[in-house]
Amino acid sequence: MSGTADLEMKEHHLTTPATAEDLAKLELGDVVYFDGLVFTGRIGLYKKLFDEKAPPPVDIASLTNVTFHCSPAVGKNEAGEWEVAAVTATASFRFEKHLPLLLDGHGVRCVIGKGGMAQQFYEDHFKRLGAVFLNTVGYGIGAQYGRGITGVRDVYWLDELGIAQAMWVFEVKDFGPFLVECDARGNSLYQMALAETNVELGKLYEGLPLPTLKRMGEVHNPEDEVF
Amino acid sequence: MPTMETHAISSELIREVAFELNRRAAIGIPKDVGDSIADMAERETQKLSKFVLLEIVNNYKVAVDEQRPMCADTGLPRFYAKIGNDAAIEGGFVALERSVRQGTADATERVPLRPNRVHPITRHDYNNNVGIHAPTVDYSWEPDVDWIELTSFHKGGLFGGDYRMLFPTDGIDGIKRFFLDVISEFFKRGLSCQPAIVGIGIGGTKDTCVRLAKEAACLRVVGDRNPDPEIGKLEEDLNDLGRRTSLGPMGFKGEGAVMDTHIEVAYTHTGGMPISIHHQCFALRRATARIHPDGRVEYRENPLWFTDYYRRDSVA
Ligand code: SF4
Repeated sequence: MSGTADLEMKEHHLTTPATAEDLAKLELGDVVYFDGLVFTGRIGLYKKLFDEKAPPPVDIASLTNVTFHCSPAVGKNEAGEWEVAAVTATASFRFEKHLPLLLDGHGVRCVIGKGGMAQQFYEDHFKRLGAVFLNTVGYGIGAQYGRGITGVRDVYWLDELGIAQAMWVFEVKDFGPFLVECDARGNSLYQMALAETNVELGKLYEGLPLPTLKRMGEVHNPEDEVF
Repeated sequence: MPTMETHAISSELIREVAFELNRRAAIGIPKDVGDSIADMAERETQKLSKFVLLEIVNNYKVAVDEQRPMCADTGLPRFYAKIGNDAAIEGGFVALERSVRQGTADATERVPLRPNRVHPITRHDYNNNVGIHAPTVDYSWEPDVDWIELTSFHKGGLFGGDYRMLFPTDGIDGIKRFFLDVISEFFKRGLSCQPAIVGIGIGGTKDTCVRLAKEAACLRVVGDRNPDPEIGKLEEDLNDLGRRTSLGPMGFKGEGAVMDTHIEVAYTHTGGMPISIHHQCFALRRATARIHPDGRVEYRENPLWFTDYYRRDSVA
């Protein structure tokens, strides 16, 4: 397998909804920017849609196929319009339970988030649908992402869910950069990266004894991950 | 001191300073951290890691130029107060705490900050970052001065902290292993939002140890060494170990992502060596002010929290 040093990191500017051809072209480590519409969602929205089975406030599939795991730092300007100052992703692996429902039921094909998801999850869901997972960069480069949000098209369930958990629909322009973490074929950039860093990390553990007091379930194997 | 009353520090001033500290913390990046990341970006040779570091540097610039929060997780505002032994506060400490709470509520509305503080069970949110034990104010004291100092820190992040009860037999190797374990847990996939400052508390009781780790991560500037030469040396050794993990920003292969390691110690139970580690992300938001009784306010970036007195080991 080639390493991260060989990645081309090509830049793509996609218009939403992203087509299947657009997504098939994306390779691991490529850099993506969006023009169009992106909607936000995290646990508050998913609980409402999928646990409480509330009817969606809008036909998601007709809006866009790009979602973002995040909550914005947002305020109203003097004209009373929403202005998004900054936006930062929240860790995506917590949404394994609900994400397939969003992909299958609402046509979502690009998930923007933080940290990526498990390889098996990509194989079970992303590969089958030709969907991609894009990582925000850093992760905390919220000001740059805020700059890419030119307006708020709508916000749903604001009163019930609050600013952080509501469903925001952003109008975006040159919204990025995002890194391709899982391509439409289910490959993962993090699997590639971990294979490289685990070698170095493993060497540093050589000769270091286990702690005297172990705790149940404590991580001792440097190749393990926390999720 | 007969003039005590007339020289009391005004609580209205404390409220203004608390607001201003929150504002300064939210937007600007302290120079020590900005320079450290820019250096890393220049040295990095792996292209993915270099790309990430350059975007972080660029983001600091966008934040300042356009007056945007650098990260949308504007964190949990909290305060550290260093109180001069000869200082007097109008209305006393209760007034100080009220002023700090009011200054935080004001800042949440007017900077604005994201209202991040919720009740842990009901998830109720007053939308002002104020609540039970929020914002916390931690105190330390300073002899022979009549000023007070406030540091505002906006603490983001849910990952990158851990605690372990080590024993004297675990020794320095035990510390190294724990340092690596926490990096292994949280630098992979970039969950700590590294480059990070690694704060380590060793000794004390469990609560002291965890508190010191956080203070070490948040309240000492990059490049600062613990004055105890042995501890200073351990900080440098761990910096080196951090580089050799090859875990860079976002967990991509690179020259490591430890901006600096800061260790603080406390005398502990003769049988144990508790240790806690805290990773402070690159969206490091802090600001400090010294408030004098005559109403002068001096703002600065370095909290200078760990004074000789704070680290004293004698009866006096
Ligand atoms: S850990 Fe820091 S950089 Fe990352 S999202 Fe939280 S506040 Fe932002």
